[in-house]
Amino acid sequence: MSENGKEPLVEVRDVKVYFFLDEGTVHAVEGVTFDIARGKTLGVVGESGCGKSVTSQAIMRIVPSPGEIVAGDIFYYRYGQDGSVEKVELTKLDARGSEIRSIRGNEIAKIFQEPMTSLSPVHTIGNQIMEAITLHQKVGKEEAREKAIEMLSLVGLPQPQQRIDYYAHQLSGGMRQRAMIAMALSCNPSLLIADEPTTALDVTTEAQILELMKGLQEEFGMAIMFITHNLGVIAEMCDDVVVMYLGKEVELASVDETFYEPYHPYTRDLLRSIPRIGTKTGARLHVISGSVPDPYNIPQGCPYHPRCPEFMPGKCDVDREIPFFEIKANHWARCLLYE
Amino acid sequence: MAGSNDSRQDNVLLEVKNLKKYFPIRKGFFKTLAGYVKAVDGVNFFIREGETMGLVGESGCGKTTTGRVILRAYEPTAGEVWFKDRNLGNVNVPDLDKQDLKTLRQNMQMIFQDPYSSLNPRMTLLQIVGEPLLVNGVARGSELRDRVAELLRVVGLRPEYMIRYPHAFSGGQRQRIGVARALALNPQLIVCDEPVSALDVSVQAQVLNLLQDLQEEFDLTYLFVAHDLSVVEHISDRVSVMYVGKLAEMATTEELYGHPLHPYTEALMSAVPKPDPRYQAERIILEGDVADPANPPSGCYFHPRCRYAIDRCMQEEPQLRELRPDHYVSCHRAEELDLVGFVETAATYQG
Repeated sequence: MSENGKEPLVEVRDVKVYFFLDEGTVHAVEGVTFDIARGKTLGVVGESGCGKSVTSQAIMRIVPSPGEIVAGDIFYYRYGQDGSVEKVELTKLDARGSEIRSIRGNEIAKIFQEPMTSLSPVHTIGNQIMEAITLHQKVGKEEAREKAIEMLSLVGLPQPQQRIDYYAHQLSGGMRQRAMIAMALSCNPSLLIADEPTTALDVTTEAQILELMKGLQEEFGMAIMFITHNLGVIAEMCDDVVVMYLGKEVELASVDETFYEPYHPYTRDLLRSIPRIGTKTGARLHVISGSVPDPYNIPQGCPYHPRCPEFMPGKCDVDREIPFFEIKANHWARCLLYE
Repeated sequence: MAGSNDSRQDNVLLEVKNLKKYFPIRKGFFKTLAGYVKAVDGVNFFIREGETMGLVGESGCGKTTTGRVILRAYEPTAGEVWFKDRNLGNVNVPDLDKQDLKTLRQNMQMIFQDPYSSLNPRMTLLQIVGEPLLVNGVARGSELRDRVAELLRVVGLRPEYMIRYPHAFSGGQRQRIGVARALALNPQLIVCDEPVSALDVSVQAQVLNLLQDLQEEFDLTYLFVAHDLSVVEHISDRVSVMYVGKLAEMATTEELYGHPLHPYTEALMSAVPKPDPRYQAERIILEGDVADPANPPSGCYFHPRCRYAIDRCMQEEPQLRELRPDHYVSCHRAEELDLVGFVETAATYQG
């Protein structure tokens, strides 16, 4: 993919992640390629089971067993204070080694969907934030506590001096998500992976958190990989968008082209099937026929062909690797219509 | 609220008057009463025959509890629920005895949010969908099988599936099973409690279309409880907005989204992320969290987060009143405020 003035931070090249189960092999991620530029936001959108979360786990090297990265490369650029750049191949590192540990949680941090289950119920939030700080930075306990309070006030938690000693259950959903963001940002990461960070929240709280993330991105200059199924959130937060379906990356484009000029039939169908405010009440929604197939029996050829309105018999259902066509500059789609 | 002689209320199917549901909070070894969670605190609204009433609000605002109290799944603490039952006539649901309640519930059904936990995994589709028919003595034996087959066909499932168990179905299909069960007794009113919020976008559209088709076919009335404003706008004729156990606003869908009268409605509309990357506008960000229903603020419950609040809002509780025809609001300043409705975004790709 092209450089166009952006500094690369992460390059994902044809990554495949398979899960080897007794029932068969699940091809959770099947050849995903994209770049995340420094300070930019990449959105990853798709329905449940499309492999968007597993892709982010591959970048952090935390794919749970029995999953494995079976092919592909992930490069990560470490920018030093003195302007030096070191290119690290994340896929070659030992997943339990010291090098990935110095990156994971420090330079690449993650926030999760459900803050109640991803925060420890038996440690105060202060303890959890301080753990992240003392693990990656050479600071004492006092200093770490001060830093934690500073982070909590930065993410807009009211009364951070007192709330630092609260347990997760004493906070509301929005406040928990703020605490988790404080923890993720405490080491000033260059990439923040946000896995459905607002899905469990109410709209007004969601608006608060999205606004907060935008502000923090401006302040810290980190890149964000934003995983969500909500197209509204994608439109609001992202610079570029990856659309995934059943482990395959079906489209990659700028956010504007994704919404105004999508090429892949799946992206088009998704955009047409969301209820839009302002369209006439009583009208019927565009429906994608059928449902997402079972991950053990992914259709051969293009996985979308059984549901696709543009299905070409004898072409789309033939067992072959469909190339990722660059239809316009920086606009890619995996569809035989563009062969 | 308008009086019952109002002409607009001619074909009212359900009318809720000053409905309250308090849950006691008990503390300590002796379980002494420490207060109440006022989940539903004086709600008034009505639903006309054949229409869809959307009920929106944030989590904990009491919208699900309202739905359940109407069905008397919870006993109301106070208030009236008038329902024009096909068999019993116009009855107040909280007054009914056990026998009448059984008759009534044939005409009031519910669809649940989570299609994974609301179906018994040890029952086949025939048992799940046929249970209401069997319990009420409507059909049995081969007649039951025929009726279940018919119901499955109506919701878009193959009748052969009736010997299978719920685990064999996807989320969207399970939600269809829930719909078939709700339809079994040919009800007048269906309370849909977040029926599509657990589903993926593509499947959500299928279920919404199904609900609309069934409404036309069987003259159903829906109370559609949801938190997704675009889904509610799509399916509802009229919409009620709830905040901390009270109704903030009620109007026809177009009125409510176009000209909201309550500051909370305005903030909700503004908060929805718009699926259009070219849309740039300042959003109204509500500060703080939803008020605690066990310890609500004085006056208008919304005043601590309201950017238009004046002294009066802190002291005096606003009442729901009809400010424009068929547009009810509970806000002291509704007349003077000029609020912004939902801004329509430019048409992105529509095919």
